[in-house]
Amino acid sequence: MKPFSVIVAFVMGIASCGSNEEASNIGDKESSFERNPKEVVSDAGIDVEVFDFENFKPFIHQNDDKIHVINFWATWCIPCVAELPYFEQLGAEYPEIEVVLVSLDFPKKIKENLIPFIQKNNLQSEVILLDEPDANKWIPQIDSTWSGAIPATIIYKNDKSQFYEQSFNFVELEVAIAAFKN
Amino acid sequence: MKKIHLLFLVFPLFIISCGGGETVEDVTEVIDSLEQTDEVDMTSNEINAERGYAVGDYAIDFSLMNIDDQMVSLSDYDEVKGFIVIFTCNHCPYAVAYEDRIVALDALYKTQGYPVIAINPNNPDVMEEDSFENMKIRAAEKGFTFPYLLDDGQKVFPQYGAKKTPHVYILKKDITGNKVEYIGAIDDNYGDEAAVTVKYVEDAVNALLSGEEPPITSTVAIGCSIKM
Repeated sequence: MKPFSVIVAFVMGIASCGSNEEASNIGDKESSFERNPKEVVSDAGIDVEVFDFENFKPFIHQNDDKIHVINFWATWCIPCVAELPYFEQLGAEYPEIEVVLVSLDFPKKIKENLIPFIQKNNLQSEVILLDEPDANKWIPQIDSTWSGAIPATIIYKNDKSQFYEQSFNFVELEVAIAAFKN
Repeated sequence: MKKIHLLFLVFPLFIISCGGGETVEDVTEVIDSLEQTDEVDMTSNEINAERGYAVGDYAIDFSLMNIDDQMVSLSDYDEVKGFIVIFTCNHCPYAVAYEDRIVALDALYKTQGYPVIAINPNNPDVMEEDSFENMKIRAAEKGFTFPYLLDDGQKVFPQYGAKKTPHVYILKKDITGNKVEYIGAIDDNYGDEAAVTVKYVEDAVNALLSGEEPPITSTVAIGCSIKM
C-alpha cells in the first residue's frame, strides 16, 4: 500500500506541471489549429463556418489531452434533433469536454434552416457545417464501419477514438466518455 | 489485480500530462486495452449483427404491398436480368434529392432488364410522412414509374442490411437467385446532379449488361437512418 500512496502523491504533484494549465480554459472555443473554412455564412448574429473535408479533418485529430465529442447531425434528421439536448447538456455539465455539432444540412439551406434552428434552440455547442458532397470519399475516413446514416458520433482524446453509429441519451453519453477519462 | 490496474492508470497520467517520450505510447496502449468498456464492445457487435448482405450474397425475395394495392415479389418478374432495389422514403431530404434521378434510372434501365423496385423501410407509426397513404400521394406527385413498396412489419430491410435512405442494392438474376452486385449510393453528389462525376449505379448496371463486373461494388453516402 505504501508504494502506491507514494506514486499517487508523486502524480498529483506532477499533474500541475506544464500542459495541464490549458485545461482551465473552460468554454474556450479557440482551437489549436488554424481554421480554414471555405465560407462563413452569417445571419441574425450567428456565424456558421463551412468546411470541406480536408479542412474539417483537424477537428477530429486534435492532440490536446481534451475529450472531443463530434456529433454528425442535420436539422431535418429527427433522431439527431432528439439527441441534441443531451450533447448540449454534456457541454454544460462538462466544460472541459469540447462538443462540436457537425451539421450535414444542405449548404444552400444554412440561412433558411440551420441558423434559425440554432437561434430557436439557443444551441451553446459550436456548430459547423461539413460540405463535401462525395461522401464515399470521406465517410470511410471517419470510420470504416459507418454506413453514412446519421446521427453518428466520434468521441476521441489524443490518439484514442471511438465511433458510434447510433443515437445517445445522456446516460449513454456519460458512459461513453467515461472510457476516455484517464 | 486491482492494485496493478490502478498503478497502470496512475503511471501514464503523469507521463501524459508532461508531454512524455517514446515509451508513452506502449504504456497507454496497455491502459487502452484495460479500459475498453463493455458498452463500447457491445456497440460494435450490434453493428456486425445487422450487417446484412455483402456483394456476392444472394438476396431474399419478398412479398410487399405496392402503392397500387397489389403485392409485389421479385419472382413476379420473369423477363428481367436483375433489379435496382432502392430503399427510399418520402420524408428524407437526401431521398427527395434523388427522386428525379430514381425515375430516370427506371426509364433508362427497365427496358434493358433492370427495373427499379423502391421500398420504404420506415415505420409509418414513427414517421407519418412515410405512411402508405402518403407514399401513394408522393408517387403520384413525382410520377413514379416503378413499384413503391412498404416494408410492412420492417422484416425485409434488416435482411438486406439497409441502414438508411436512400440505399441501393443492384441484384443480378442467375440460375441460383438474385445475386447482390452493388450496394451503396446512386452517384457521388446528392446535392447537385450537374456536378456528379461518378454515376455508381449506372456504371454498375452498364457493366452487368455487358457481362462484366461493376467497376465499383460498394459505396457509402450520408442518408437518413431508418425509422423503427
